[in-house]
Amino acid sequence: MELPSRWVFLLFLFLSSTKAFGSEVDKEEFQEELLLKPLPDRKVLAHFHFETRAPPCNSNGRHHHHLFPKSISQMVEKFRVKEMELSFTQGRWNYERWGGFDTMSSNNAKPPGVELWAVFDVPKEQVDASWKNLTHTLSGIFCASINFLESSSMYSAPDWSFRQASGSLRYGMLPREAVCTENLTPWLKLLPCRDKAGISSLMDRPSIYTSLYYSQRLHLTSIASDLEGLNSGIALEQTLTVVLHPSSQRTGLTHFSQSYLQPSWSLSSIFGRKVNGRCVLAKSSKVYLQLERGLVSQLKKSENYGADYIASEGYDGEANFELSVNPDRVIKEENSRNGISSSLLYEFSVDKYSNSKPFDLGLTWKFPVIWSCQQAPLHASRFLMGSGNERGAIAILLKSTDLNDSSPVANSAMDGCELRVNIFQVVPWYIRVYYHSLQLFVDDQLKAVGAFVEKIHVMPSKDKISPGMMEMVLKLPCGVKSAALTLDFDKGFLHIDEYPPDANQGFDIPSAAIGFPDFHTSMLFPSNESERKSPMLSKFQESSPVLLYTEVLLVPLTTPDFSMPYNVITITCTVFALYFGSLLNVLRQRVGEKEKLKSKAAAKTGRLSDLLSRLSAKLRGRSQEPMQSPSESSPLINSKLALKVLLMAALAVAWQYYFG
Amino acid sequence: MPKTETETPKMKPRPIVRLGIFLISHSLLVCVVCCTAGVLALLLLPLLAKNTYISENALMPGSASSMISNRDISEANRLASDLSGLNFEPQDAAALESRGILTKYMSDLGAEVSYHKFHHKPNQFHPLHFFSSPDSTSSVDNFSCSAQGVNTVGIIRAPRGDGKEAIVLVTPYKFGKSGTAETLSLSIAYTVFSLLSRVTWLAKDIIWLVADSQYGEYAPVEAWLRDYHTPVFTGLGALNADTCIKIDDLYALEQKPIAQTKISDGFRRAGTMAAALIFKVADRNELLEDTLNIYAEASNGQMPNLDLINIVNYLAVHRQGLRVKVEKVLSLLDSRWLEILGEIFEVLGKVARSLNPGWKFGISAADYVEGSATLASSLYNQALGIPTGPHGAFRDFQVDAITLEISPKVSSHNKARHNEFLLRGGRLVEGVVRSINNLLEKFHQSFFLYMLTSPSKFVSVGVYMIAFALLVAPLPLVAASLYADANQLDLGVKNTKSTTTAPDELDITFRSWKWLYAAKEVFLVHVWGAAVSLLPYFICQIPNCSPTSSSVIRVSLSMLGLLILYLIAGSPSTHVSISQHGEKGEWAILKSVTISAVFIGLLLMSVVNFATAEIGALLLVPMCLMAQPLKLDMKAGKFRSLFRVICNMVLGFVAFPPAAYFVAKTLFEGSDSINMGDFWNWMESLWAWNSATYIYIGMVHLPCWALCLHILLHSC
Repeated sequence: MELPSRWVFLLFLFLSSTKAFGSEVDKEEFQEELLLKPLPDRKVLAHFHFETRAPPCNSNGRHHHHLFPKSISQMVEKFRVKEMELSFTQGRWNYERWGGFDTMSSNNAKPPGVELWAVFDVPKEQVDASWKNLTHTLSGIFCASINFLESSSMYSAPDWSFRQASGSLRYGMLPREAVCTENLTPWLKLLPCRDKAGISSLMDRPSIYTSLYYSQRLHLTSIASDLEGLNSGIALEQTLTVVLHPSSQRTGLTHFSQSYLQPSWSLSSIFGRKVNGRCVLAKSSKVYLQLERGLVSQLKKSENYGADYIASEGYDGEANFELSVNPDRVIKEENSRNGISSSLLYEFSVDKYSNSKPFDLGLTWKFPVIWSCQQAPLHASRFLMGSGNERGAIAILLKSTDLNDSSPVANSAMDGCELRVNIFQVVPWYIRVYYHSLQLFVDDQLKAVGAFVEKIHVMPSKDKISPGMMEMVLKLPCGVKSAALTLDFDKGFLHIDEYPPDANQGFDIPSAAIGFPDFHTSMLFPSNESERKSPMLSKFQESSPVLLYTEVLLVPLTTPDFSMPYNVITITCTVFALYFGSLLNVLRQRVGEKEKLKSKAAAKTGRLSDLLSRLSAKLRGRSQEPMQSPSESSPLINSKLALKVLLMAALAVAWQYYFG
Repeated sequence: MPKTETETPKMKPRPIVRLGIFLISHSLLVCVVCCTAGVLALLLLPLLAKNTYISENALMPGSASSMISNRDISEANRLASDLSGLNFEPQDAAALESRGILTKYMSDLGAEVSYHKFHHKPNQFHPLHFFSSPDSTSSVDNFSCSAQGVNTVGIIRAPRGDGKEAIVLVTPYKFGKSGTAETLSLSIAYTVFSLLSRVTWLAKDIIWLVADSQYGEYAPVEAWLRDYHTPVFTGLGALNADTCIKIDDLYALEQKPIAQTKISDGFRRAGTMAAALIFKVADRNELLEDTLNIYAEASNGQMPNLDLINIVNYLAVHRQGLRVKVEKVLSLLDSRWLEILGEIFEVLGKVARSLNPGWKFGISAADYVEGSATLASSLYNQALGIPTGPHGAFRDFQVDAITLEISPKVSSHNKARHNEFLLRGGRLVEGVVRSINNLLEKFHQSFFLYMLTSPSKFVSVGVYMIAFALLVAPLPLVAASLYADANQLDLGVKNTKSTTTAPDELDITFRSWKWLYAAKEVFLVHVWGAAVSLLPYFICQIPNCSPTSSSVIRVSLSMLGLLILYLIAGSPSTHVSISQHGEKGEWAILKSVTISAVFIGLLLMSVVNFATAEIGALLLVPMCLMAQPLKLDMKAGKFRSLFRVICNMVLGFVAFPPAAYFVAKTLFEGSDSINMGDFWNWMESLWAWNSATYIYIGMVHLPCWALCLHILLHSC
């Protein structure tokens, strides 16, 4: 439902841009932006946003891109990708401290590892094939093992819970994928200036990889201009979200007064680099500093002249913090709801800075300020229940976050309203989930599932073919305190060669996505800014539903002892030898023959001749076995044998003694 | 037998069958040899112990230098002084205050803090609960506020980790009435915690559980683990909305000092647990140097992975210079016979080395004595099946855990000495955490079945099984030989004297089914054993019962049960008394069936708890093999028979569980503290901890003892 609107919006944007820059219809454009945002727990969020657009052109498939990466455009063209998002994430987004109810978290908070989804513009039966090819291509481009998503047991096709797409959406996750610079380098190569100039030159590898959260995302949308969809414009949006810990002097901890003072930082202190001017190929190059709603309202509270401060858009008269660079513009969010203060954006343009005068934004706090982020309506956590290698249960616990009154739930909890919650969960096939065992606890009471589920779609897993998938819309009362879902599962067995190299670590259940379709995050900016609007701000303006991801779970499965094959081979060989030996013995010997042998043995004379004849037979059959000993006929308990054994033992001891 | 054999010379059976028959026919010799070898193998175990080694390469203990700084320590000292200033009356208020201080310190470090409330309920006996996983559905209805404890849990999220795994640190702490030792352990934990809150190498989340130890150390940990793994969603409301006001005060108090820190009411989790370390500082002081005691035995003889003990031992000895000890039976240390044995082994080892320098199995006599004392303690603790500390609770959820008890050198409140102790303890824990943090997979590389003979030496399952196997091996042979003798079966060994008279058909069928009566008898006695093992459940319903009277009641009830059983079943011998031929009568059959039952019981037990089976085999096997009606021996009147009578009496006395308990107690602890109630307490603790040993005693050991006694007193 939001997709058409987005399309319309993008089209509108495109049309408006063509209107504005009529002469540059066919120009590809690139814009770079960076958003910085202090977080309540003394961290700083840095969000890089690069957008490259290739307009549709009618050159019969022969594109000559000036800015747009060719590999991406070829990929989009080949696999008819309508929309695609790929994210590499390390670390966890802390929904409680870094916010769960803004565009930043619902768009950029991603589950650990790799997440890939794509919508294809091909007939339904070709979607899987396109997906497989796409994963391989991406795997090649980004030096990652995305190709593991090719196997049908790794991806799923959600219908409606994740994103509205009728059957042409594929979704896959690799929770264990390690993210490294080798994934960042190809990602940077897609930028026209790479990381040599402009904002991207801030990406100092040691500092961004020691961040607490690192999420590198690539989102592309193709805009079909003609009906056949042959020529399409592509919008490529590359974002990198990092949460950095300003290396503050921790000495402040001992002094109580200073311990709550937010650490001061500057670009050079958190990244170790400065911006030496813009990327010349970029249409615009801007840095924003965002103060979120909670912070602004705290600042207002702490200052008596709050109203003047906002009205005057002044930063110089501030007592709380100081900026080292004067902003070019202050954008105030237009808030639809009354009573809640709106967030502030300070805009800095990098255009006027150069090598000689690098841009280094710094923020110095003067007084302690404590604020909290806006929380999602419900806080979701997922965990495993039970122990042992046999069975267990997955529990999803939703708890209301009514810590502050500004919570959106509390506002709308007046009458018998309902809070809708989308749950989308994919479980690998070796975790055999029994969906009939779904139990729902609302406010600590076991409730009938049917009473609260509006819509549910379950695809049970097929062994080694497809994962289990559950899509569900829960309809909870607004005043709900907590809701818990439990699903029982059995742990399956894998074939020996299906175990990964580190099988004893356990197996991952990818994150579940919890969406709140009734809640949309959007920031409204004054409409007169629309001409100069940056892609990032327009992204913020889009209304996107609140979405959050739960933790990745680790399920210990029974693993064989991997040195076992050797033991198994030894034991089976022994068993086979015993079995076939005795079988052959039984088959070979007949009762009559044995008696004959016995009588011969009794006669004692025939023994030697018999032996000789057997020997000669052996010799005829095979030339060189003269040493065939007839010892099998000797009785077991026999002094000779005992003597022999003793002799052998003595020999062994002697050998050991002299040569051991 | 096939008919063809009557005319032709007898066909030789297969060699394996012949071997079996040979062994059966020489069962007496085999018995003596095997039993002696079994006991000898057990005594040899300290000699055969191998040095421990770190099997998992990923652990890399001690490869990184410690990062604990003086600032962490001074912070910890500040916390300790803040807490020790709070030991005032009333205790509730002090506890509340100190919990608040601890919480403030934790959340200042950036940890997520939450409280976990639990209701202490004494262990309840669940007759059929022995092998099931810990149960969450146990009732939460009848609790009182007085029995409520509050654990404080702090969680540090690994900065770039995925939060799939967690390492648990546990420090038992009595809020409000803590001693210096407990405060010291808390400050060690805080030192480590404050370091871990800012390190960058963390890959697993860290959970610090400050267990409210006012109801013992085990109960809070167990309650927390149960809520972690099997939460009850329906009970939460009842638990939170209860009328215990003082706990609700906790939150009110918490909001006061710092507006920003929100102490969440909810239970916080952090992934699958990789390992747990429980550490505490002992109250007693060591004379020479700082000492570290390692406790590892969990319920039913389960042990944590040996690698966990290895890294602790390695870091403590080679990095921190602590003396590491494991528990040992102290009275064995100065026992003369063990010393003599050790000297003999030492001489033997020297001789062996002079023969071949490659044979290095000799250890010095002192080492031997030390090793056997440790081994005995290890064996006993495993056999008991009662966890030796809070780590037992973790093992029930398949988490490897050990308890570290650090006892400081005698200190004269020296500030520098105190700080050095903190530094050592902190570095040790930091090193262990770092090693576990390095671990990619869960502990699986090293041994799970082992016994320690010293902190750096172990006996693995492959070695200590030999002793048990040797002890148990003669049982089936003797059973078979007794059966064959009693039935006058021709096993082909005595084929020289051909069967003179062909027994009539009826007699054969009758005799071949004779064992059924014996089996019935054995079965009935086992039923009696099961009933006896259920008795404590009913006895403890009787109010105001001292342990002594309980045990008296129990013994008398058991005897009564046995008597009733005899009356009901009648003398089982009446059925078989018709066939009184042969020198060994039905008692032989009965003995054979008993021995089979013992064999099966011991084998089953060895799977569940090896140490119990080992000790049980030591007691039961000689008795079962020896048992012979006293009457026969009396009649014979020879010296050999007399000796056998004495042996039988002694063995029969020793194998009776209470007698065995008291004999062991007098041997190891001296004879002054014998009390009838002790045994009752011991049994009660066994069933309270759901030890499988209890089942073993009730359902294998006791019935077999009764049967052996029956054989001894048999009137043939």
